[in-house]
Amino acid sequence: MSIRERLSGNEAVATAMRQINPDVMSAFPITPSTEIPHIFSSFVANGQVDTEFIPVESEHSAMSAAIGAEAAGARSLTATSSCGLALMWEVLYVAASNRLAIALALVNRTLSGPININCDHSDSMGARDSGWIQIYSENNQEVYDNFVQAYRIAEHPSVRLPIMICQDGFITSAAVENIELLEDREVKEFVGEYCPDSYLLNSKQPLAVGPYAVSAYCMEAKRAQLEALKNAKQVTLDVAKEFAALSGREYGLFEEYRLADADYAMVIIGSAAGTAKDAVDQLRAEGKKVGLLKIRLFRPFPGEEIAAALQNARVIACMDRTESFNAQCGPLGAEVKSALFNARLMPVVINYVYGLGGRDVTVESITSVYADLIKIDQTNDAGEIYRYLSLRE
Amino acid sequence: MAIDVSKITETISWKDITEGCKIEAAGNSRMFNTGDWRVNTPVFIEEKCEQCLLCVPVCPDSSIPVDNYKRGEFDFMHCKGCGICAKVCPFGAIVMKMGER
Repeated sequence: MSIRERLSGNEAVATAMRQINPDVMSAFPITPSTEIPHIFSSFVANGQVDTEFIPVESEHSAMSAAIGAEAAGARSLTATSSCGLALMWEVLYVAASNRLAIALALVNRTLSGPININCDHSDSMGARDSGWIQIYSENNQEVYDNFVQAYRIAEHPSVRLPIMICQDGFITSAAVENIELLEDREVKEFVGEYCPDSYLLNSKQPLAVGPYAVSAYCMEAKRAQLEALKNAKQVTLDVAKEFAALSGREYGLFEEYRLADADYAMVIIGSAAGTAKDAVDQLRAEGKKVGLLKIRLFRPFPGEEIAAALQNARVIACMDRTESFNAQCGPLGAEVKSALFNARLMPVVINYVYGLGGRDVTVESITSVYADLIKIDQTNDAGEIYRYLSLRE
Repeated sequence: MAIDVSKITETISWKDITEGCKIEAAGNSRMFNTGDWRVNTPVFIEEKCEQCLLCVPVCPDSSIPVDNYKRGEFDFMHCKGCGICAKVCPFGAIVMKMGER
């Protein structure tokens, strides 16, 4: 039986954490993710979970404590945003290379500067190559569902990698929405007990974690780590299938919205996909063949599947909610164009930077993107292929 | 479950390397050849050695084996050639070959 509730995105994640009842949470507060450890620590204080809560002195320490706890054999997690994730940078790689299945609730917020507390994806996109699995959520229901599925993906024996469950700061983290929760017992059974094969607190089996790898080993170690990340794709699908049987809610690597016969496609991540779906519906009602592909799994990047889903599109808009300062494209644009090229597909791809530092995304602004795509097709002139959306000229 | 540490060698394939380079055993650092980092090499001149053993505790890599109160030849699989032993030896029984492995 599902439970009907109304929760903010942060409350939804904290609820999933309570139902999972992990062994260790280490965290340091930062807007807009502060509520997650705040709410969770009240569960600890009230005895609703038996998690060891470690209030640390920085995000570098939060991730380091999670690494130590996970290596010791404890199911561990943390939550952060923006500069907090940036301060974890060094140790994010350590978590991944040591194959520690830590879960991180990321509430996306821009990186300074200019200093700003609102949503964009510059924090998680900066960490996209750290070896973590990254899953993005459109709304509160999705971030709850994704967090419930997180450990099943991360702890799978063929994967064993840390996982970042991302949601948009304030837009979903602070906004209250209707949500369907699973019962505590259902979540506990779905996630299961954590029984690591090897862990530092096992007195019967000596273990060294994170030893120095000389040049003769380092490349082999990275290649093995890549294989684990590749395996996460199929595991994500398998776990989603089980989750659908439990909840009735279906997830894939990405979501296709009115895409199959679309001439004009948009690829987008996060909460703006909800706004974009409204724009798609309006344009479809006018007879325009527009569609949407919403990324769920960004790392590993399902390039072959995305290229196949976009093969019929004539003009594509890649929507990047970050500026990556390479003067050529955003991270999503780079991935999608690379996937299309590998599949020998050569549609026109326009890369838009949008929504930086919480700049509003509206049905009108998304509609203007589709209008651009249609005009490019009709005039056969792509014009500027790297654009800013809703920018004052 | 635990892997055989002797199989972790410099010829291991990426498919067989342990997850995160974990080592599920204790006391195995001597199995890894770190002596090839050496640039300068100490030479032990046994006839000058008085077996005072001053060189032994100063070696940062425990590369001077002692058996029955007598030191033997250097452990070149782990000696980094730092030269501290040559500096402390009062009898000139250790000299450094510079730039030679």
